[in-house]
Amino acid sequence: MTEPRRETLPLKTSNDVVFARQKVRQWAIELHFGLVDQTKLVTAASELARNALDHGKGGQMCIEQIANGARVGLKLIFEDQGPGIPDIELALKDGFTTGSGMGFGLGGSKRLVNEFSIDSAPGKGTRVTVVRWK
Amino acid sequence: MERIPVLRMGSLLLITIQVDMHDKLAMQLQDDVTQRISDWGSTGVLIDISSLEIVDSFIGRMLANIAGMSRVLGAETVVVGMQPAVAITLVELGMSLPGVRTALSVEAGMELLFGPGAGFGSGSDDDRAQA
Repeated sequence: MTEPRRETLPLKTSNDVVFARQKVRQWAIELHFGLVDQTKLVTAASELARNALDHGKGGQMCIEQIANGARVGLKLIFEDQGPGIPDIELALKDGFTTGSGMGFGLGGSKRLVNEFSIDSAPGKGTRVTVVRWK
Repeated sequence: MERIPVLRMGSLLLITIQVDMHDKLAMQLQDDVTQRISDWGSTGVLIDISSLEIVDSFIGRMLANIAGMSRVLGAETVVVGMQPAVAITLVELGMSLPGVRTALSVEAGMELLFGPGAGFGSGSDDDRAQA
C-alpha cells in the first residue's frame, strides 16, 4: 500500500471499457472508498473511457494511487490520439454531444470527481485527468 | 452469442440485467425487446437493474431508448430495483431518466403497470391471473 502504484490499460474496444471500469472498482475497493464514492468514480471512468473510444478512436487509461498527507486518492488519466476538442468549454456543457450519447459525458463526469482537467487541441488528441479523494 | 434473456409472463416482458453492459449487448437487447413486443403483443416491459453497480449515460440512454421504442409499440416500460448509490450518481451525472418510469421493486413495478394487486405476494386473488 505504501509504494506508488500505477497501471495502464488499453481502451480499444467496448470490452476494454468494461474492463477499465472493473479495474477502477477493484482499486477503489482496495482503498476502502465508500460505496457512493466508488460508484461515482467508476461511473466517471466509464464516461471518460467511452469518450476516448468513441471520440478519440481509442486510447488508454492510466490508474494511479496517490496520497496527499494522510489522504489517499485515485487518479485516472484518459489519453487518446483522436481529433481533439476544439472548444473545451462548450464540450463541458450538459447536453453537448457530437456522438451518440446524451451529452452528459464530460460535464457529468466532472461533477462526479474532486479534480478534473482537460488537455486537448485540434489534431493533438485529448488527455483528461481526474482525481477522487477518499 | 452473449445475450440478455427476455422472459415472457403473460402480457409482460421481464428483463433482468445482470451483466456489465457493452454496446453490442445493449443493441441486441433493444432488438430483442422490440421484436418480442411485436411477436407477443406485450403491453408491459419490466427491466430489473438491481444487479447493476453503475448506470452511466450509455446505459441510461439504452433504458430511455427501450422505454421510447416500447411506448411506440404500445407497451409501457418500468425500470425497477436501482441501487441507492446508482441513483445518487446518476442524478449528479445529470440524468434523471426523464420519460422512464421507475419503481423500487419488481412487485411495485408490476403494480405500476397493471394496477394494485398485480404484484406478487399481494394476497389478492382477483381476475388478473388471466393476464
